[in-house]
Amino acid sequence: MAAAAPLLSVSDLRVSIDAGGGSWMLVDGVSLQVGAGEVLGLVGESGSGKSLTLRSIVRLVRAPLRVAGEVRWRGANLLELPERQLNAIRGREIAVIFQEPMTALNPVLTVGEQIRESLRAHSGLDRPGCRKRAIELLDHVGIPAARARVDDYPHQFSGGMRQRAMIAIALAAEPKLLLADEPTTALDVTIQDQILKLILRLKAELGMSVVLVTHDLGVIAQSCDRVAVMYAGRVVEQAPVATLLREPRHAYTRGLLDSVPLAGHARRPLRPIGGAPPAPGERPAGCSFAPRCGYATEICQRTPPPLIAVAQEHLSACLHHARLAAEEVRS
Amino acid sequence: MMLSSDAPLLEVTTLSKQFAVRRRFLEAARRRSSAVLRALESVSFAVRRGETLGVVGESGCGKSTLARCLVRLHEPDGGGIRFDGQDVLTLQGSGLRRYHRRVQMAFQDPYSSLNPRMTVGHALAEAIRFHDLRPPAQTLARVAELLELVGLPTTAAERYPREFSGGQRQRIGIARALAVEPDLLIADEIVSALDVSVQAQIINLLLDLQERLHLTILFIAHDLRVVRHLSHRVAVMYLGSIVEIGETEQLFARPRHPYTAALLAAAPEMDPGRRGTRDAISGELPSPFDIPTGCAFRTRCSRASDRCAAVRPTLAGAGGRMAACHHPLS
Repeated sequence: MAAAAPLLSVSDLRVSIDAGGGSWMLVDGVSLQVGAGEVLGLVGESGSGKSLTLRSIVRLVRAPLRVAGEVRWRGANLLELPERQLNAIRGREIAVIFQEPMTALNPVLTVGEQIRESLRAHSGLDRPGCRKRAIELLDHVGIPAARARVDDYPHQFSGGMRQRAMIAIALAAEPKLLLADEPTTALDVTIQDQILKLILRLKAELGMSVVLVTHDLGVIAQSCDRVAVMYAGRVVEQAPVATLLREPRHAYTRGLLDSVPLAGHARRPLRPIGGAPPAPGERPAGCSFAPRCGYATEICQRTPPPLIAVAQEHLSACLHHARLAAEEVRS
Repeated sequence: MMLSSDAPLLEVTTLSKQFAVRRRFLEAARRRSSAVLRALESVSFAVRRGETLGVVGESGCGKSTLARCLVRLHEPDGGGIRFDGQDVLTLQGSGLRRYHRRVQMAFQDPYSSLNPRMTVGHALAEAIRFHDLRPPAQTLARVAELLELVGLPTTAAERYPREFSGGQRQRIGIARALAVEPDLLIADEIVSALDVSVQAQIINLLLDLQERLHLTILFIAHDLRVVRHLSHRVAVMYLGSIVEIGETEQLFARPRHPYTAALLAAAPEMDPGRRGTRDAISGELPSPFDIPTGCAFRTRCSRASDRCAAVRPTLAGAGGRMAACHHPLS
């Protein structure tokens, strides 16, 4: 964990929905800390709750979804803040970017107008000042001929340029924290590489922190300092990136890593995780991963294992973390 | 691995395909000289019996158009396709029907290619009946056999596509393609939409099916890790052309075309220790309506010279290792 007090501290976050006469937990007691200047990765498969967790931080979830718990940001609990005060933080101190910029951008406003909107709301600049700054920002995020493109509409941009434009809007207010929800998933690999490098460069220049949600372990390896692995609404493992990838201490993380084809092992069978994650209404009583887990024993079925420290800065919610460690030594 | 030294199963020569796009839909291209999208530009390659040829490239590189031309969902404008010695482009009637049995395609989203009102068993049986592959009395047994082959319970036959998860639907899509006992399976991004653990299940299934059925596979994908894992050989496409083709491990270890090198460098590695060691490729993909003259990659290439703008490089090389570049990496 960061040595100083964390910038953002999420405690026991729960997101639930009422359906079929019961209440389903989509995010079930997630706790996370983000230090100043840190990049925290949230990784998991579809339905793991990683995007909901990210969006709940700034209350971007609507009824019938209910959010409970605590999100500590500079002394305030964002989950209890009045809407007006939250709005002052959202966009200014904490910015969000999404997977599909086309749905997040306004199609009837030019890109420049959307950046200026953000600048007007969050800075003291006048109209010409805003335009000048908008061009600077577009240039900064790597849009060629920014002066000409500032008056284009989003549909005139390619997918990669739209993501750059969205980053420019997000950064207009010079936020302290950037929440990025699968920002490169829809992009080609060469453009993904550019966008990830851009986010990391801007992070360093502006001293921001980043929470990056992704399903791609390669993206995690290339951009994060620390990683939290989510499964069925819970964080099941958390560690510095190199530790997590080399010494996983949760059977699910291990399964994910074994599912990725590695160079030098071409055309050999992979060791995939069998089955599929449980639907929110069908989660087992004990460890949610137990029904798919090769390590599971009777004790795993009883209660959800707590997330505990298994090494320095390394948390795992796997009762068989010691077995995973022992196997590593042998292999 | 044993590959017969016979003539290739599939041979594609100088295949070209253009799409004329109506002007009023072409806002983005209105300032440009023509409204013709050059999707494939003189594409040549061969697929040997029993091998997996990977086709990799970014969006707009023409890999899906290529697949569609091969099954004649699109009619190419020029070039030739030979399958098992036969000219595919002149086939019609029963000859074409036979070709369509021997060459099958599986898609990224099998849900959109399955009839939602037909049970899985019905869809499989229909394919078997259409090509007259089994006596009617044996059709049901064959359906059960197919479901088993792709790792689904035989009870799946009674259910509808909507009742299955993404990974299971992909198994159904593969079973549907295999129902007619094809020689060549064209797999177009079939694992791209799946979560990594499910993706690994489908990769294993393909490896297993190829061995059991001696299938030839054209595996089209944008994910380099997956292509590397499955393919004996790989063709890299950029803006409608093959820029490099060769044995998988050679191509990944020592790319000769600067685009291949850039693509490999951009793929995020699983090792955080090797972060930031390679430069990102600059610039965006040019519009397919406005492909640069000469080498299409020259606008993003650090090695580009005047010659690259003037002369379109063609695939050249030895030992099955070919690159279309005036200044290949050594």
